[in-house]
Amino acid sequence: MTKRKLLFGSFALTLPLALATVLIMHPTRAKSEAAASPTEVRVDNFTFGPATLTVPVNSTVTWINKDDLPHVIASDDGVFKSKALDTDDKYSYTFSKAGTYAYYCSIHPKMVGKIIVQ
Amino acid sequence: MAKKNLLDPNANGFIEHDHNNDGIDRRGFLKCMAWAGTGALCVIEGGVLKSHALASQMGSEMKSHKMGELSFVQISDSHMGFNKPANPDVIATLQAAVDKINALPEKPEFILHTGDISHLSKPSEFDNVDQILKATNKEIFFVPGEHDVLNDEGVMFRERYGKNSKGQGWYSFDKNGVHFIGLVNVMNLKAGGLGTLGNEQLEWMEDDVKHLKSSTPIVVFAHIPLWSVYPQWGWGTDDSGQALSYLKKFGSVTVLNGHIHQTMQKVEGNITFHTAFSTAFPQPAPGQGEGPGPMKVPAEQLRSILGITDVNYVQGRHALAVVDSTLA
Repeated sequence: MTKRKLLFGSFALTLPLALATVLIMHPTRAKSEAAASPTEVRVDNFTFGPATLTVPVNSTVTWINKDDLPHVIASDDGVFKSKALDTDDKYSYTFSKAGTYAYYCSIHPKMVGKIIVQ
Repeated sequence: MAKKNLLDPNANGFIEHDHNNDGIDRRGFLKCMAWAGTGALCVIEGGVLKSHALASQMGSEMKSHKMGELSFVQISDSHMGFNKPANPDVIATLQAAVDKINALPEKPEFILHTGDISHLSKPSEFDNVDQILKATNKEIFFVPGEHDVLNDEGVMFRERYGKNSKGQGWYSFDKNGVHFIGLVNVMNLKAGGLGTLGNEQLEWMEDDVKHLKSSTPIVVFAHIPLWSVYPQWGWGTDDSGQALSYLKKFGSVTVLNGHIHQTMQKVEGNITFHTAFSTAFPQPAPGQGEGPGPMKVPAEQLRSILGITDVNYVQGRHALAVVDSTLA
């Protein structure tokens, strides 16, 4: 997320403020994002990798689209839904409650995945 | 023009060994693909598909058909805004499609666009397509692809292209005695499923065709195939069987779809299914390669696997002639 924002000059000024807000509001989230890879789902070749991801409560999961076509991340029961993610776009959602969250790509519904929050 | 018969003249259809009952067998499929890039003509008479290479269309055989009672063109999957290696210039290829349409010997009365007009549902993408298609000087009927309804449940699409449509954008109209039905199967898709029409649309459709005589030729057009092309890749529509059951009484039904960026045909009883080329980029044959994404081919080959579809109806023949031609 941070890296991507830096790519956009117009965001440069607002970035420190945004970061500060994140750190103040969600100190644990900032920490878990720093740990990176275990909370990332790659959307690649019309599949989610890993298809099932297990994370601790309050984890922020980030999906990144590596396909040449857009995808939309949507939970089966409407808990979360991204906008259309074009190539290399990311979407993050923080899971504050334990449970199993089934999701799919709402425009390619054969693509399904699961986040298990413990 | 040299006559060249590219297909087995004894072949009457494509599906010869349909083990999975999914409408695809390997031999039949390869035969379909042999058509792509060469152009092919299908004439449906009495439920039997007869195939001819496009080159022979100009021959004496076709001259005996009095063409011209209704001629229209289908284009599909222009994906305006796409700029990846599979085609960095989708504007140029859509313009080439327009040139092709304008050069057709049989002037089409109108155009059907079977969806994925845009790549990311952006107003500028729709604007570009509208601008380019203006050069055809034709009325154009649209149905949405999933790329046209990405972030707003199709609100913008309907404002632009569906002013007189029902529900989420479906509608019907009549031209020269042929009844056209435009369906929407790219909304409210369910996890793990395929394309969906939904009950509201199905009920409308049942009612829409109820009053028609069984001799009325029917053309159904929608983005995702209304037959099971390759469900593993999402190339099918969950409740298409219900929709097609309403069309059993009709002698001639032609179903035109896009979405899979390649031409394919199937005949089932009174129904002929056809998918169109994209004007933007090709996708792999079903199950070939790892997934259904854009397929990169050598630049000089690209236009030989993009194209348009030209459809002719001759009254009294119960036959719609469907001709694919490439942009090459």
